[in-house]
Amino acid sequence: MKYKTVIGLEVHVELKTKSKIFCGCSTEFGAAPNTNVCPVCLGLPGVLPVLNKAVVEFAIRAGLALNCQIAEYSKFDRKNYYYPDLPKNFQTSQFDLPIAEHGWLDIEVDGKTKRIGITRIHMEEDAGKLVHAGTITTSDITCVDYNRTGVPLIEIVSEPDLRSPEEAKAYMEKMRTILQYIDVSDCKMEEGSLRCDANISLRLADTEPFGIRAELKNLNSFRSVQRGLEYEQIRQAEILNDGGRVIQETRSFDEGKNVTLSLRSKEQADDYRYFPEPDLPPLVITKQLIDEIRAQLPELPDSRVARLIEQDGLSEYDAKVITATKAMAEYYDAVRVSVTDAKLVANWLTGELARLLNANAVEVEDCPIKAANIVGLLKLLEDGTISGKIAKTVIEEMWQSGKTAKQIVEEKGMVQISNVDEIVIIVEEVINANPQSVEDYRGGKEKAIGFLVGCVMKLSKGRAKPDLVNKLLKERL
Amino acid sequence: MELYRQTINQLQTKITAGEITASDVVASVSKRITEVDAAVEAFITVCADAKANVDNIISRSPLAGMPGAVKDNICTQGIRTTCGSRILENFIPPYNATVVDRLNEAGAVIIGKANQDEFGMGSSTENSGYHITRNPWDLSRVPGGSSGGSAAAVASGQALWALGSDTGGSVRLPAAFCGIVGLKPTYGRVSRYGLVAYASSLDTIGALTRDVYDNALVMNVIAGYDEHDSTSINIPREDYTANIAAGVRGLKIGLPKQYYGEGLSPEVALALEQAIQTYRELGAEIIEVDMPNTDYALSTYYIIATAEASSNLARYDGVSYGLRVEGDNIVDMSEKTREQGFSEEVRRRIMLGTYTLSAGYYDAYYNKALKVRRLIKNDFDAAFKIVDLLLTPVAPTQAFKIGEKTDDPLTMYLSDVCTVTVNLAGVPALSLPCAFANNLPIGMQLIGAPLSEALLLRAGYAFERVSGLANKIAPCGGEQ
Repeated sequence: MKYKTVIGLEVHVELKTKSKIFCGCSTEFGAAPNTNVCPVCLGLPGVLPVLNKAVVEFAIRAGLALNCQIAEYSKFDRKNYYYPDLPKNFQTSQFDLPIAEHGWLDIEVDGKTKRIGITRIHMEEDAGKLVHAGTITTSDITCVDYNRTGVPLIEIVSEPDLRSPEEAKAYMEKMRTILQYIDVSDCKMEEGSLRCDANISLRLADTEPFGIRAELKNLNSFRSVQRGLEYEQIRQAEILNDGGRVIQETRSFDEGKNVTLSLRSKEQADDYRYFPEPDLPPLVITKQLIDEIRAQLPELPDSRVARLIEQDGLSEYDAKVITATKAMAEYYDAVRVSVTDAKLVANWLTGELARLLNANAVEVEDCPIKAANIVGLLKLLEDGTISGKIAKTVIEEMWQSGKTAKQIVEEKGMVQISNVDEIVIIVEEVINANPQSVEDYRGGKEKAIGFLVGCVMKLSKGRAKPDLVNKLLKERL
Repeated sequence: MELYRQTINQLQTKITAGEITASDVVASVSKRITEVDAAVEAFITVCADAKANVDNIISRSPLAGMPGAVKDNICTQGIRTTCGSRILENFIPPYNATVVDRLNEAGAVIIGKANQDEFGMGSSTENSGYHITRNPWDLSRVPGGSSGGSAAAVASGQALWALGSDTGGSVRLPAAFCGIVGLKPTYGRVSRYGLVAYASSLDTIGALTRDVYDNALVMNVIAGYDEHDSTSINIPREDYTANIAAGVRGLKIGLPKQYYGEGLSPEVALALEQAIQTYRELGAEIIEVDMPNTDYALSTYYIIATAEASSNLARYDGVSYGLRVEGDNIVDMSEKTREQGFSEEVRRRIMLGTYTLSAGYYDAYYNKALKVRRLIKNDFDAAFKIVDLLLTPVAPTQAFKIGEKTDDPLTMYLSDVCTVTVNLAGVPALSLPCAFANNLPIGMQLIGAPLSEALLLRAGYAFERVSGLANKIAPCGGEQ
């Protein structure tokens, strides 16, 4: 493509505080419609908002984790627009004095690290949810569920620093990792706790001013972020190639059809008539609070990767796979405490355990094998009680039954045979039964021994200690 | 003497002495309502079960068993709260305003919900979606507004106390027109939680009573920090009666010259002159002060109040409560609901506010108004470095005739010229009767520094003791 792409993202993150931003209602997802509501979040006449301090602390945590400056003086504003899911017909948000500004996060694409600027982070309240009987166009009735109304959000706005849909996806994934690490959000795109709007424009060269942009909405998964932007990139390029002009508009991504469709042009855009929220005093944040929150920040992914490489001697690849989610990183740490061989731990977590999690579509948090039981398995491996091959059978069994490795090994008699006399019997039996292979080996075909080892292992039901089998076979050939 | 003619303070003395019971008081006031409210029309809703509850009251507060009216923009759980608007005709709040909770705890009896200009937008109570309330001193005249129902109820003996709300003078103006006492507290001193918002940064709740002492008794109950109102001031409650009789000797009272210019009717000018003389005689020092930004107050007020109103009133869309007029789709439904549910004046103010907040106009209007508001506040700060209190008229004229100003909104807005500054500055002010002329009361306004309510009540009390104007019951068209 002859054009250069410019992308900026606006990310909405639902904070996992226990209660809503301006009242005491629960933020729990999936409750029966209109059960987590009160006069305040229903916007009944006469009610007033009271700011939830936890929301401010979560927002500060996010700001610090994204290397922002935290504003010691910020305020709330009203964003006025009519929509039936917005009970007051204005959203209490932050306009010109947001809580955090001037941050960045590093992403990695094609092995290269790139720093993406964060313009600002501000706090606001979520709207309710419209439920249509049937589809939005055919339904006679629309119901409103106000459970989500007043759930706290932060909006994180990036600089237009992203240069490809792939970078945009990497940015989103990195964002999720960091926000999960600092425990401010579940970041589940499918449940809407992480949402993304993208601004995208094209230009001929990086030195040119930005082109006319389209705003892309309804990007409901990481794949959609990339796919939607890819489609939009091609659509805009075709317009420009034909000598046309891109229209500044809002477009919606249709995941099923893999296209973007026009929602509304900027000429029809709303004037939100922002003005300072008179019901909330300005928000003054002390340096002390910022320092306290900074001191409590957990280790973030980038420094964790560095630690695993330097201290544990892991490969960069393993370190990144392990730190990709906070849950896996913590799982690793929990196992690593009791197992000295870091590489062994990494191999089993990124190998067999990851395979089981993927195959069963289970998150690390819900893994049926507890970290302590993985420790048990690796101990049996380390002290030679079982072989690596048997260990793979055992971990499978652990996943299914929830039993410890030791229980399984004992019940099924899987203990490795390291008694020379026992193995010798089998070795001799195999030599006698396979004269041709014995001939071949003695004739110089080194590889023939592999077949013989395999036969011994098979006869011992995998329990014979492999290096002993090798040694004993060679002695007798 | 009929019990409804007495003050809370007088009635409590008799109740304590065992001469009467709270039930007798409620019965007397209820009877008065049936006698005169057909003429005055102070109420939108009269609470029929008020009498039934009196015997269960255990509170020993001075307000225990005392029947009063609550302006219909203050939420009362289970009692419809219309704000004087058809758009909330059937709105029954599921919660109480903080002030209502406090009154209930004190054992006060809410005898009815008082009429008002719709959402507080008006100065005469002619702009109610229900009916016009009449001035009980002259039924052809307005009671003032927007808390006209509250003031008329108290002045006519249909309530011993009332709550009003004051955004630009809505407690003080009707108090002046009806010859009673109205206090607009410091912004943040009385919780706004449950007061249906008109202009949030200016709205306050205040009490209307027939004398200054009763006003202090109501303030003792309703004032104080509330965690549900983030703009309420977190300082301890105080007893406003404690020092009320201390007099004004040695106090410096300022006369801001901008409030005494042209436009004052001769009756009002004379009444104020006499009041000033009275304060001199009581030992106060009178000093003229300059408040140069006063002239910009009215336009500043109408920009800020309407801007906030345009946002506050956006929620009345027919979706989940209040009036709904069906339409072809959601937009049509909201438009029809708002067109039919709001009066012309409310729609005018919503449009004004929407305009001044719009892109391209924000800086020229709203932002500039905020800066002027700051200058007006500075005028007050400067004045209170020199004097303890300010004394001004409440309104340039006495109560005007019904229909006299309804055709010209600007003339109506001018009724607020002496009161809006106080809301812009967030300071407290007391309106109390200072004279009668042509059988109509005239009010004066005492303005104090932030949180000086006790001082205002003290100065009002000193005046009232020599004026003989306390606890006047209006005739409501009948014999006095």
